[in-house]
Parts: sequence; structure tokens; C-alpha cells
Amino acid sequence: MINAVGNPQTVLLFGGTSEIGLAICAEYLKKGPARIILAALPDDPGRDDAVAQMMVAGASKVEVIDFDAVDTDSHPKVAEQAWADGDVDVAIVAFGLLGDAEELWQNQRKAVQIAEVNYTAAVSVGVLVGEQMKAQGYGRIIAMSSAAGERVRRSNFVYGSTKAGLDGFYLGLGEALKPFGVRVLVIRPGQVRTRMSAGVKEAPLTVDKEYVGALAVSASDKGKDLVWAPGAFRYVMMVLRHIPRPIFRRLPI
Amino acid sequence: MPARSLPTRTQALSGWGRTAATTAEVLATADVEVIARAVAQVAEQNDSKPSHLRRGIVARGLGRSYGDNAQNAGGLVVDMTALRRIHSIDADSHLVDVDAGVDLDTLMRAALPFGLWVPVLPGTRQVTVGGAIGSDIHGKNHHSAGSFGNHVRSMDLLTADGEIKTLTPKGRGSKLFWATVGGCGLTGIVLRATIEMTPTETAYFIADGDVTSGLDETIAFHSDGSEANYTYSSAWFDAISPPPKLGRAAISRGSLATLDQLPKKLRANPLGFSGKTFLTLPDVFPNGLANKYTFTPIGELWYRKSGTYRNKVQNLTQFYHPLDMFGEWNRAYGSNGFLQYQFVVPPESVGEFKNIILDIQRSGFYSFLNVFKLFGPGNQASLSFPIPGWNICVDFPIAPGLDAFLTSLDERVLEFGGRLYTAKDSRVRAETFHRMYPKIDDWIKTRRSVDPTGVFMSDMARRLELS
Repeated sequence: MINAVGNPQTVLLFGGTSEIGLAICAEYLKKGPARIILAALPDDPGRDDAVAQMMVAGASKVEVIDFDAVDTDSHPKVAEQAWADGDVDVAIVAFGLLGDAEELWQNQRKAVQIAEVNYTAAVSVGVLVGEQMKAQGYGRIIAMSSAAGERVRRSNFVYGSTKAGLDGFYLGLGEALKPFGVRVLVIRPGQVRTRMSAGVKEAPLTVDKEYVGALAVSASDKGKDLVWAPGAFRYVMMVLRHIPRPIFRRLPI
Repeated sequence: MPARSLPTRTQALSGWGRTAATTAEVLATADVEVIARAVAQVAEQNDSKPSHLRRGIVARGLGRSYGDNAQNAGGLVVDMTALRRIHSIDADSHLVDVDAGVDLDTLMRAALPFGLWVPVLPGTRQVTVGGAIGSDIHGKNHHSAGSFGNHVRSMDLLTADGEIKTLTPKGRGSKLFWATVGGCGLTGIVLRATIEMTPTETAYFIADGDVTSGLDETIAFHSDGSEANYTYSSAWFDAISPPPKLGRAAISRGSLATLDQLPKKLRANPLGFSGKTFLTLPDVFPNGLANKYTFTPIGELWYRKSGTYRNKVQNLTQFYHPLDMFGEWNRAYGSNGFLQYQFVVPPESVGEFKNIILDIQRSGFYSFLNVFKLFGPGNQASLSFPIPGWNICVDFPIAPGLDAFLTSLDERVLEFGGRLYTAKDSRVRAETFHRMYPKIDDWIKTRRSVDPTGVFMSDMARRLELS
């Protein structure tokens, strides 16, 4: 259960080695001990480190379950396994690929792969988590979207389009689950300092993963359904969204 | 859906603190048969489902518990307030036979003409008899009368096997009786109970009021043996002002008045009672309104108006239930909700008790509704809250950092032999709670013996691992 001050007993992370996902878990553990379930690729080299990190952060127990995003047929089993020992209070959807933007739109195989991971798998997981939480009568879902999905830009449109899809799906899922006591929070970060973005030039308004973690937890506690990281991004994107296409395409973004 | 063929509706439920709402299928019926069918259905489904899909069923009264006792995410909740018949009131034996959904206000009004008084009244009369048993509630007369369970002579409990068992405090079935008293509704659903009432000549109190100027004086006041002169005693105390004012209290003590103690004009109708709600608060209070700047002057006013008096004739609202003048007063805390922190520590831990109050004052979390009472002996129920000692209740609007502060208090309360109260708790950790109740394993054993698959289930049971 989630208690009166928002402390969960069990947190499930899809993308069990995701730095931002783990940062959100760590933020929850600051509030008090909880059981953490990490759903990660069986051969993900970061699994042991992720477990250790969660134990140090104060987890009462860390479980790892195998989760392959592209193998959507296996997802119902994954959900069943995650729920086997009791309710999941918070589920974080934080897996994703970034890829090389210029390669992606010219490489069919890679484009399909990122679409499958970032969008198809996220939808698959969302449906399954939604089903479980609807049945348990409460719960919170935190989905990692991206500012890149708000208005898809030329510079990373394959990635941006997958996040646009995910974003729309989880916002809608939140509306659908509201009557059943389940809240969905969509987070739209700009650039976050992680392994994923290590090779990319640092953009303005770049934030640390700990910042995203703290923001995710406080926004979810407040019952918000959408939050930007940092908050200023909301206004930047609000402007960008309304720039006419002929001008937009000339912008150096 | 657990509610196949039952007339339920999906509803979000929370406790009086308005926190941590969850959704359940709510069944409101005055038909015991339908309730029994619902229990049977859950029991049947439990047999074929893995444990995490067993959502269970729990009874709910008027929702005055602050936390998650009477909510059951994804499961069934039986709204017991429809089951509200008073079957009999006997002035000679002092026994009343009532449905579990009867509230203490209704019971009090019905029994007064017979010269009978509800033996234990908590800070509100808006609680059902079933809820009073499930939380083993206490009141201002705990030191003289014990808690509610002490006055229950028998109860009908609908258990997981579909049977209705009549339980009494002694003899066969007494184990289940005392597991149900304070058992948070997790042994079954109390359908009906016989309560031994307190005979009274009037509906009034003869009250003495005293004010103290600081914490030490308040404690000394409760330790000088004068408590024994009164059947009712409790104090409001100041938890906001720094020492030396910290802990200053307005102490109100008294006993039920006899007829000859009443002034002439009240003697015409000595058992009359009219409790009116002057004002129901609208649901428009912003979060954060309940703060240091609003609480300090209200507290000052409360303290000043209390004063010292002797042998004052007071009605129940004046003596006991000033908050009843305001309906839905929990709305004043805004939509973030609030929580009550109530604990008791044994009499010998008085030094630590003082330190805790000092730390509450220093914490920066402000509490206005502070109750202070010295408890008398507890009863044999494993999960009954009262034990002899210093009992304090404070309440805080939900704010960042509050939990960390209270978690540190939990540890100290535990260390000094104290405990928290299930009717108030909405946040303590399962492990801490278990250590506070030394007989909890015994209670869990009894529960499992009557409900092995967890037919009776609540959010509190999941949070505090009570199954």
C-alpha cells in the first residue's frame, strides 16, 4: 500500500538498469524502506550494480526479473511475476533507446527496433500494468516521456516520434484509469546527464537524474499527470509548439 | 470483479484524514443475508485465486478512523451504516441490543430516556458500534471505565466460513471475542452486539476546570491522585508555544451529574439532550491554511477561555464534544489531508514523554488539536491500544518532512514501551507496529485460524501486514 504520506511498499522498475529509473527508486527509498523489483534484460551487464545501488539506497529487498522489451509476448508473464508476491504500488516505465538520429531515419532495422522498444513495448507494459492496478484498486504509474516528443524536430525525429506516441498513450491511460484509483504521471525531461546522453553535446536546461527522481516522486505524490524537467521546459516547448513550420525548420534545434 | 451479482458501486474511499484513497466495490445493505452472501462469494473466490488476487472484504462504519482501516483497494467494502436497528433497550439490566451499524449518537439519544448512558464515548459520537469494537475505542473516562470492549457483553460475528458466531468475553469463543475487540474488522464482520450501558440520572456533567502554566505542572497535576475523584478527565494542551508555555493545559474533569446536582430549571428534563451542529464547513479550504499563524492565536484563545471553575454543570457538547459544533471539520486542513499522531507511553517513561513533546514543539510541525490523558489499565485484547500511561494525540497537516520526523518518534515511542493507535495511524511501518504490540503474533494466529485465506482484508491489513 501507499501510506498517508505517499510512501510505497513496493516499486517496480521497467528498465531495471535505467539511470533515471533507479534515481526515482532511490528517491522513494529516501522516504523509507521498500521492496524494489527491477525488470531488466537477462544479459544486461548493469543488473548487479543496480541491485547494489538499491540496497545501499535503503531497499528492504531487491528482486530482479527478466524483461525483454521487444519480446512483447513474454510481457504478461513478466507482469504476473512482478505481482506474484503482492501489490505493486508504483510502476516506473523507464526503458528506452536513443540511437544515432541520422542513422535511425536511414536504417530500417534500427528504426523499427527503437519504435518497438520506445513505443510498442511501452504500450504493452502500460496495458498490463494498468490491468493489474485496476484490479488492485489503486497504484501509480510513472512514465518517462521526453521533451523531444512534445514537438518532434528534424534533429531527432525518429526518437521524438516514439516518445510522442508513448506520451499520448500514457496521458490517455491516466484518464482511463482515474476512475479506478490509479494515477499516471508522464515526465517530459529535456536532456538528462546519463550514459544514454553521454555522447551528445550538453543542451541548455540539462538536468541531473537525481533532479528528475525528486521531481517524479513529488509530482506523483501531488497527483499530477504531467510534469516537465526542468519546469522551465514547459514554457520553452509551449513557444516552440506554436512556431509555424517554415520558421521552425530553420531554427538551430 | 469481486462483486458479481451483488448490488455494489465502485467508489474511492479514504479515512477521516483524507489521505491515500483507494477504490473498492461498496455494498450498502441492511440485509444480513446479502452480506453473508458477499462473504461467501469472497471465500469461494479465494480458494481458487493466487494470493495477490485475493482482494477480500471489510466492514466500514462512518469512516472516522483517520487511516486505511475501512478501505479495501480492489476488493469489497460493506457499508454497515444501513444496518442500524436498535433491537432492545432494557433499563433494568442496563443492556442494549443493537445492530453494528448503529452510531453512538443515535444510541445515546435512544438510551437516555431509559436513564442509560453510552459507557465509552470517543471524541466524536459519529462512530458505529461495529467501529467502536473494531478499534476498541476509548474516551475521557478511560481511567475509570476502560475501553469500549470492556462493556460489550456479546456480539454476533459473521466469520469467513459463513457462520454467524455469538461471542462473549468469557468462556467458549472468548478468544475470538478478544481478537475482534481492537481487531480492525479482520476477524469477521460484527453484525450485532449487546452493550452494558452506564445508568445515569441526568445527561449532564458536573465539571471542574483547571489551567496549568507549563508541561511539568500539567504532568504533576495528573500525578497527584486527584484523577480518582473524577470519572472523566482529559486536557487540551499547547504544543506550539516554546517553553515555558509548552505543555500548558486546559484540563477538564468531571462526572455524570446526579439529579440533585442539577439546577432547578434543568431538573424538569434531566435526560434531555440537544446537540446541534452550528456550522458544516464547506470543502473550500486551501492547503496550508492550518499553520503556525492561524493556530497560535486560536490556541491562545482556547487556553484563555477555558479558565478555572468548580462544579459547573455542562452538557455533553460543552464538556466533551466541542468539535461536534462543526460538521466535516476535517475539511479545514485542505485537500492534502492531515494525520493524527496518537501514542501512549507507560507512566514510568515520563521523562522521555516530556522530551517527545519538546521535540514536537521544536519540529516546526504545528498541531492545534492536542489531547492529553492519563490512561488506566488496558484490557486483554491483543490489539487494543490503551495501556496505563501518558496518552497524547496531536494532528498535523501533511507536509514534506513530516514522515521522517514521525518515524523518528515511532522509534522512541517503541523504545519506551509505548505504541500507536490503529484508529489514528495512517503511516507507520509494519515492522514497527508489530514490535509495539507484543501479543500480535497471538492475534495473527487467532485470525488465521478463523480466516486462513484472508477473506477479511483491508488496506491497513496490507500495509501493517496483519494477515
